[in-house]
Amino acid sequence: VSSVNVDLQTDATLQVDISDALSERDKVKFTVHTKSTLPNFKQNEFSVVRQHEEFIWLHDSFVENEEYAGYIIPPAPPRPDFDASREKLQKLGEGEGSMTKEEFTKMKQELEAEYLAIFKKTVAMHEVFLCRVAAHPVLRKDLNFHVFLEYNQDLSVRGKNKREKMEDFFKNVVKSADGVLVAGVKDVDDFFEHEKTFLLEYHNRVKDASAKSDRMIRSHKSAADDINRIASTLYTLGTQDSTDVCKFFLKVSELFEKTRKIEARVAADEDLKLADLLKYYLRESQAAKDLLYRRGRALVDYENANKALDRARAKNKDVLQAETSQQVCCQKFEKISESAKQELIDFKTRRVAAFRKNLVELAELELKHAKGNLQLLQSCLGVLKGDT
Amino acid sequence: MAASSRRNPPPLPGAENQDPLSEMADEDSDEGEDIFVGNSNPVAEAFQPDTANGEEPADLFSEAETSTAANSYITNSKSNGVHSDNENDLFAEVSVELSMENPSTTAKSSGAEFTPSLTLSATQPESMEQLEEEKDEDSFDMEVAVTNPEKIGDGMNAYMAYKVSTRTTLPMFRNRTFSVWRRFSDFLGLYEKLSVKHSLNGCIIPPPPEKSVVGMTKVKVGKDDSSSADFVERRRAALERYLQRVVCHPSLLQDPDVREFLERDELPRAVGTHTLSGAGFLKMINRASDAVSKMTIKISDSDAWFDNKLQEVESEELQLRKLHAVVDSLVNHRKELCGNTAVFAKSMAMLGNSEDNTALSRALSQLAEVEDKMETLHQEQAASDFFILAELLADYIRLLGAVRGCFEQRMKTWQRWQEAQSTLQKKREVEAKLLWANKPDKLQQAKEEITEWEGKVTQYERDFDRISVTVRKEFLRFEKEKSNDFKSQIVKYLESLLQSQQRVICTLF
Repeated sequence: VSSVNVDLQTDATLQVDISDALSERDKVKFTVHTKSTLPNFKQNEFSVVRQHEEFIWLHDSFVENEEYAGYIIPPAPPRPDFDASREKLQKLGEGEGSMTKEEFTKMKQELEAEYLAIFKKTVAMHEVFLCRVAAHPVLRKDLNFHVFLEYNQDLSVRGKNKREKMEDFFKNVVKSADGVLVAGVKDVDDFFEHEKTFLLEYHNRVKDASAKSDRMIRSHKSAADDINRIASTLYTLGTQDSTDVCKFFLKVSELFEKTRKIEARVAADEDLKLADLLKYYLRESQAAKDLLYRRGRALVDYENANKALDRARAKNKDVLQAETSQQVCCQKFEKISESAKQELIDFKTRRVAAFRKNLVELAELELKHAKGNLQLLQSCLGVLKGDT
Repeated sequence: MAASSRRNPPPLPGAENQDPLSEMADEDSDEGEDIFVGNSNPVAEAFQPDTANGEEPADLFSEAETSTAANSYITNSKSNGVHSDNENDLFAEVSVELSMENPSTTAKSSGAEFTPSLTLSATQPESMEQLEEEKDEDSFDMEVAVTNPEKIGDGMNAYMAYKVSTRTTLPMFRNRTFSVWRRFSDFLGLYEKLSVKHSLNGCIIPPPPEKSVVGMTKVKVGKDDSSSADFVERRRAALERYLQRVVCHPSLLQDPDVREFLERDELPRAVGTHTLSGAGFLKMINRASDAVSKMTIKISDSDAWFDNKLQEVESEELQLRKLHAVVDSLVNHRKELCGNTAVFAKSMAMLGNSEDNTALSRALSQLAEVEDKMETLHQEQAASDFFILAELLADYIRLLGAVRGCFEQRMKTWQRWQEAQSTLQKKREVEAKLLWANKPDKLQQAKEEITEWEGKVTQYERDFDRISVTVRKEFLRFEKEKSNDFKSQIVKYLESLLQSQQRVICTLF
């Protein structure tokens, strides 16, 4: 289960997980498995098969639902992306003739392992999304969510067509422009004012850290790959003869094979515990920002309604209408504020816990790997020096 | 076989009055090639009697002539009575010194030439540890270092001067320790001179580090950054290794040019070492024509040893080139990793700053610090990758090129012999024709020519046999040196990896 699945209250009333996944050529099929004691489900335990687009549909339905304006909507899982991996596998197939059989098998294994890792990651991210929804006191009751979990057939949710994607694009432009406007309004409430500044800064820095950690991990992986090739070449050198120095080469080649595996694991762990963590909180902090935006929007609407009411009273025209409108805005605003406060506090708790857990685990793993590396080097040196 | 027949028992120390230097200048000198002075290890190992200990691979000593020659030396050396029983390598060491400082030997005489080597070769086989001790001992006999690079002058005429220090107990030098200042072109000049003199004998001349117009220009221009510093350091280390290989080589050490290089205060500027000089061009042309002729020569060698070894050398060179390319890639990736880690550390620090939960904020800052330290470690690791491993590979790729050159020399000698033979044949045909046509005056001339060419054929045949022996001997010595070099360097590299892992552990704790 992914690195960010922390402190999500899994109680017996509703438990969701992804029990299986199948990768077909251009899509992944997730088997969503639910265990529940809630009365609205027909059975206590059941599974359905869902694809990525259906997850997105669910997420979007939350975002578009006015009722949920006051909550941090759990960020949608990223699209499964096997393109890079597939491309590499293809290139390998093309280059088969130019390398030795051992090299080919080795590289194939590597790439297959990489593919598997990406696969596991995407499964984990989809699972986290569902778990977050299931753990949320309000969202878990959502009807669409239940349909998603239970409905046996295809939801006939298609991905957005071009027109809809264009609409989305424009909507986003408008939204960000509006967001700037809204953000400019000073909030009366200190808590929210502070949160606004904090989230903005935090979000940007997480974005930066996420990008940089990705680059760092990529370098790490490249270095590990190089060590792999060194090991292969040393092996070839070592098998050319049976002199002393050749036996030496073979031993060193063996050592490098093993250290490379460790280096690759270090990079993979960093990826899982650090990079994924940062990426997830990048998305969640964006969702939190969205919440603040919605509240800000509601506040502006409320203030505008107030002004309109004042004007109406002054002119003594359409006062009732203005009053109702103002009431509505006020209620909406207060509702959002109340839940938003709690949501943001929860967000912080979750965040701290997730970071703590992952950083600790990462440090422990790195320590373990470094010790493993050390041991390998020591024993190899012992053998080599003993021989010479 | 030619080899043993021309090896006469060495003259007794002190009795020798021929000046081997003058002989060495003459390419046909036999003694010039057999000289091993003081540089124990490669020599001793190549000439140890084949009571090899378990560690020594048998194939090094499979050459019958070599060992018989060594044995003949041994018997003679024992008769010299200069050294005691050589059961114990302790004594061997002692006797080395004794013979070195034997007052009855004139400084450059054969006493120095023959006895110490014989002592060493007569040493009973040691285990590898003892051999390594000896190697440490031979730095006791002859040690060179290249240090203190200093920039002299300014602008485009500036150059780097390096201090070449020698410490030695060899009698052929004026002092025990001395140092001189040399510049890069001096090293190249030395190589040129040695090349001219010895490559025709089939010696493997260690090649010097490569010229680098880009690197040097940066230094000249005064770009004071880490890449220039790296370049200078790299060059210094390469020059040192080059010089160490030269003095390790028994025949080369005897060359007066080497001595002059190490001792003389002011060396005349080496000409012909500029990339674009006249001599440089000439060299390029020669090389091109050599390449063409190489393609057409094919020795029907009754001794398949040479063919096999050449093939081995070629395939090894290929592998080393591949390995070097990968190590280069590793160095680059590590440097990249280093940079990325530094950048990431800063980013994490920022994130820690903005995190309002104090505990987490502290934790993130600590993470940033750790990553920063990691960056330093990565950088050092990259440096070690480079300096130890990549340079070793680059050196050996160049050396293998020199080895191939050696083999080519032998082929050329063979060709010369064959051509002489065919010329002789033609002369004989001419003589036969003249005999038939009965022209007595021309006949006399033909007979003279035949005698002349018969002489040449014999000489060239002797040359060929001689160069074959030298090449074989050189090759074995080279293999041994290479084997030790690789092993020690790789061990050094692994040790550096080890250290770096230990530091990682300390940091993480």
